[in-house]
Amino acid sequence: MANFRVAAAFAAVGLATALLACPASAQVKIGSVLSVTGPASFLGEPEKETLKIYVDKINAKGGIDGQKLQLIIYDDGGNANAARTFATRLVEQDKVVAMVGGATTGTSMAEIPVFQDAQIPFISLGGSIRIIQPVKKWVFKTPHTDRMACEKIFADLKKRKLTKVALISGTDAFGKSMRDQCIAVAPKAGITIVHVENYGPHDSDMTPQLTKIKATPGVQAVINTGFGQGPAIVTRDYRQLGIPYPLYQSHGVASKQFIKLAGPAANGVRLPAAALLVADQLPDSDPQKPVVVAYKKTFEAKTGKPVSTFGGHAYDALMIFAAAAKRAGSFDKAKVRDQIEKTKGFIGTGGTFNMSPTNHLGLDLSAFRMLEIKDGEWTLVH
Amino acid sequence: MAEFLQFVFSGITVGAIYALVAIGFTLIYNASDVVNFAQGEFVMLGAMGTVFLGHAGVPLLLAGVVAVLITTVVGLALYRWAIVPAREADAVTLIIITIGASIFLRGVAEVVFDKGFHSLPALLGSNPIRLGGATILPQSLVVLAGAFFIMVLLWAFIDRTLFGKAVRAIAANRVAARLVGINTRIVVGASFALSAAIGAIAGILITPITLTSYNGGTLLALKGFAAIMLGGIGSAVGAVVGGILLGLLEAFAAGYVSASYKDAVGFLVILAVLFVMPRGLFGKATVERV
Repeated sequence: MANFRVAAAFAAVGLATALLACPASAQVKIGSVLSVTGPASFLGEPEKETLKIYVDKINAKGGIDGQKLQLIIYDDGGNANAARTFATRLVEQDKVVAMVGGATTGTSMAEIPVFQDAQIPFISLGGSIRIIQPVKKWVFKTPHTDRMACEKIFADLKKRKLTKVALISGTDAFGKSMRDQCIAVAPKAGITIVHVENYGPHDSDMTPQLTKIKATPGVQAVINTGFGQGPAIVTRDYRQLGIPYPLYQSHGVASKQFIKLAGPAANGVRLPAAALLVADQLPDSDPQKPVVVAYKKTFEAKTGKPVSTFGGHAYDALMIFAAAAKRAGSFDKAKVRDQIEKTKGFIGTGGTFNMSPTNHLGLDLSAFRMLEIKDGEWTLVH
Repeated sequence: MAEFLQFVFSGITVGAIYALVAIGFTLIYNASDVVNFAQGEFVMLGAMGTVFLGHAGVPLLLAGVVAVLITTVVGLALYRWAIVPAREADAVTLIIITIGASIFLRGVAEVVFDKGFHSLPALLGSNPIRLGGATILPQSLVVLAGAFFIMVLLWAFIDRTLFGKAVRAIAANRVAARLVGINTRIVVGASFALSAAIGAIAGILITPITLTSYNGGTLLALKGFAAIMLGGIGSAVGAVVGGILLGLLEAFAAGYVSASYKDAVGFLVILAVLFVMPRGLFGKATVERV
């Protein structure tokens, strides 16, 4: 009798395991650790929504090679330690075949060693060039780098024959990183940086710093690197002081929220950003137009929120992975990785991606459009 | 000279904000010896409440009044369900409870409102006033006036009314106050409600300058706390003077030294002042009667 019980128990356990394993084996797991809450939630939230919408879409069309995708998302709250813990969980417990996202530079950098060790492809949504330079075998990213933003702004300045600029940067990781990149690429672009100021990410008044910039002789334009509320306050204080030079912001403020917060002061501000923001204004001949219009429509219809470039990066990353998996013909991690690296001519919301063994981003300067805010709307600068 | 004046204006702008936030700490401290670390959340609730009621179509003035009332209720609730159950505990325990309440309120705000930044329109428009080559926004003067107005009211309230006397009596000796017939629960509860209302009004007035978000109150409260340490804890005048001094210090440090050191300069001066005057500039010396 006792033997029978033990046997029955084993059988029950075996059956349960089989039942549990069945749906899992039919689905391919992809992981994501995003900053859905906390200070970087403006990145993580649209990224999460985008991934959910498009994984559902892929599955509705029958998945990739008949295999459905299962998306596992963890929220790190913007905390790099938590991000690393969740990354480890994705690898060891969930056994994902690929990872899309790490919302910020900080969280992505913390996750990189986990995926490098486990040899799992990782497409980051973080901004800094440090994520892919030096090249790491398993790590890719889709957002434009801060260095590209500097180069794009400098190119626009040259066109306007302005060569002497002042920088004002936030002391957050993004603001500092972009400031350093701008200082590094300025000599090559023929730009002289005559003055550098900074502010804390929670400061509510930047007039002392801007007063110093105003008093610096020779300044012809001002560049503000940062994201969140800082750039909105800088813009308002800039107009309050009546500083006459052109003001440039970074792609870190490429959302409607910035225009809303800065109000009329935002008019005349220029910034480099992805074509997504001006989807409707693109000429029909633009190869990106169908992609960005479709994404914008889908996102806005499903969420009821205005589109931001950040969700677009998640779209690009997911689609690059899906296309690579299709080309690889399997979900073998090494094969998928090789195919991601061979991505050529992929048109996403951020631009046209041409990856290579030495370039795990694959965007060039044409991916950025120079925008100017006019009457509270984004407009293309020609 | 124009630069100097601009730094002064900047200091007054920031200082008035710190002062207005700092003054909210005064009443609760007087009534219960507790530094209420959820004060920043009252500021945030007033601002975010007004923003979201405004979004829902309520006229802004009414939205502001309703937001202040809601925040007052939250203040009362904080007292009733967090402070009263632990009233036999000492001040340090109560302070830790307010820190917990602050985290809780932030979490609730994140869910009820959203995670974005928001602004409110300035009361007197946003055309800067020009003076001697420098500029200041009218809203800065509104904030300054608000801080002085509340300071005078609070001073009159604490020093000139029977209720204020009751507050001071409870602060001096809770048991004795109860023995002479003061209902301590009502008085301390009312001080929480009033502090919440002051915080909410502060939030509404400063948001056109500082912007607001679900976690925007915390840092403001920290600066406000620094201001009351400088000015003297428990004194309404000290809160305002301390706030404006701190703002001016930061502006001059950012203007003449470097923005990187402005927080450090502020805290250094506070340390120096506390070294000489441990109760702050306007703090009353405590006499322990034994």
